[in-house]
Amino acid sequence: MTETIGIQLVSYSGAMGLILLGIFALVNYEHLIRVIFGLILLEAGVNLFLITLAYRADAVAPIMIEGQTAAMVDPIPHALVLTAIVIGVAVQALALALVIKTYQKYGTLNTRILAQRIAEESGTRMIEGIPTEVKKV
Amino acid sequence: MLFGIALISIIIMLGSAFAVLFFENYLASVVALSVMSLALSVLFVVLQAPDVALTEAAVGAGVSSVILALTLRRIGLWQDKS
Amino acid sequence: MTVFSGVIFTIGLGVLLIAVMKSLILEQVLTGGIGSIILEQAPTEVGSANIVSSVLLAYRGLDTLGELTVLFVAATAIGLVLGQRSPDTKHDSEAGFILRSAADLLFPFMIMLGAYIILHGHITPGGGFQGGAILAAAFFIPILASPASPLNHKVSSLIEGLAGTAFILIGLFALVGKGYFLAPLFGTGDIGALFSAGSLPLLYLAVGLKVGSELAGLLARLQEV
Repeated sequence: MTETIGIQLVSYSGAMGLILLGIFALVNYEHLIRVIFGLILLEAGVNLFLITLAYRADAVAPIMIEGQTAAMVDPIPHALVLTAIVIGVAVQALALALVIKTYQKYGTLNTRILAQRIAEESGTRMIEGIPTEVKKV
Repeated sequence: MLFGIALISIIIMLGSAFAVLFFENYLASVVALSVMSLALSVLFVVLQAPDVALTEAAVGAGVSSVILALTLRRIGLWQDKS
Repeated sequence: MTVFSGVIFTIGLGVLLIAVMKSLILEQVLTGGIGSIILEQAPTEVGSANIVSSVLLAYRGLDTLGELTVLFVAATAIGLVLGQRSPDTKHDSEAGFILRSAADLLFPFMIMLGAYIILHGHITPGGGFQGGAILAAAFFIPILASPASPLNHKVSSLIEGLAGTAFILIGLFALVGKGYFLAPLFGTGDIGALFSAGSLPLLYLAVGLKVGSELAGLLARLQEV
């Protein structure tokens, strides 16, 4: 029983660490590839958190074996996370394809420079990092 | 026993997650991401979720890393420093 | 300045998560619910030894169809974004002897492993998504070894479309026969046998072929420079 709570605490702190690292990367970095790394870490952390919630004391994996009577862990979060991992990879591949296209068009992946170039292209002006409409006199 | 395995895989996982963000070389970051996924799938086995562990090992550690590495090759960031 | 505010934000979020942990894990807020009902009824209703696959394909089969749609849309969008290459582009040079012969040697074994994982998805851990990823890897390694013979995108799209149609057709048959979309067909059989759990192995075969051809097409498109 104490081992169960220990495993839960340890994996919860692991999930928390992954989520925090992912959010730190999303907030902090300016390079788009690093932002995608942060997204992947965040997603892994959320998946680990859901699986930790499904874990029970003295329970086994949800697979029926002849003559086994022990309690089983909750199967619903497992199915959810299985779906989430595959969709996560699809979303990540789409994001990387857009990154490739962005690099081919603008030649940089730094978000600040990208924002400036896009602003120049569309005839807007940057005010504190936000593109703003320029009034024509 | 199980607690020890969980602790070791958590340490490997968080260490390589730090490495992903603080390595200068992008390709090294991708390799660290793959190691993170592998440690995560060991942890899923400890948490009695073998289905999810198999998915994470096949999709998270395999396909995802290949996609990232191919993207880096395509935009020429194999050797570049950030 | 940006780094400082990012660190502050992250620390604040960490404090919040510790507070959530105290109530979630030490007091066991989430116990049972729909999960325990499914654990009791799945063996008699669906007959699959692996309860996660009975949740994925029988109870929440419509969600899996939605997931397949998301994968399809992502693969199509990647094809649209990256697909415009002129036919006379140069390929990479041929790989060395070791990689080429290892690719030839590995190909049948990886196909076998993928097929095993797909077809045993209802009795052991595994299933269409994992086996599909392994099949995609099996078709991607020969491309790495000899880039001059790329994947035939027409064939992979054809397999993908047929597999998706098969999934929906099985669901429509169940709608006509049993009254629910994707309800398990053909009875349950003995739990743990290869031919058990009704239409679940067929559904997993369709999912595995679809995921495998989609991921293989996606990897091949990213590999083409």
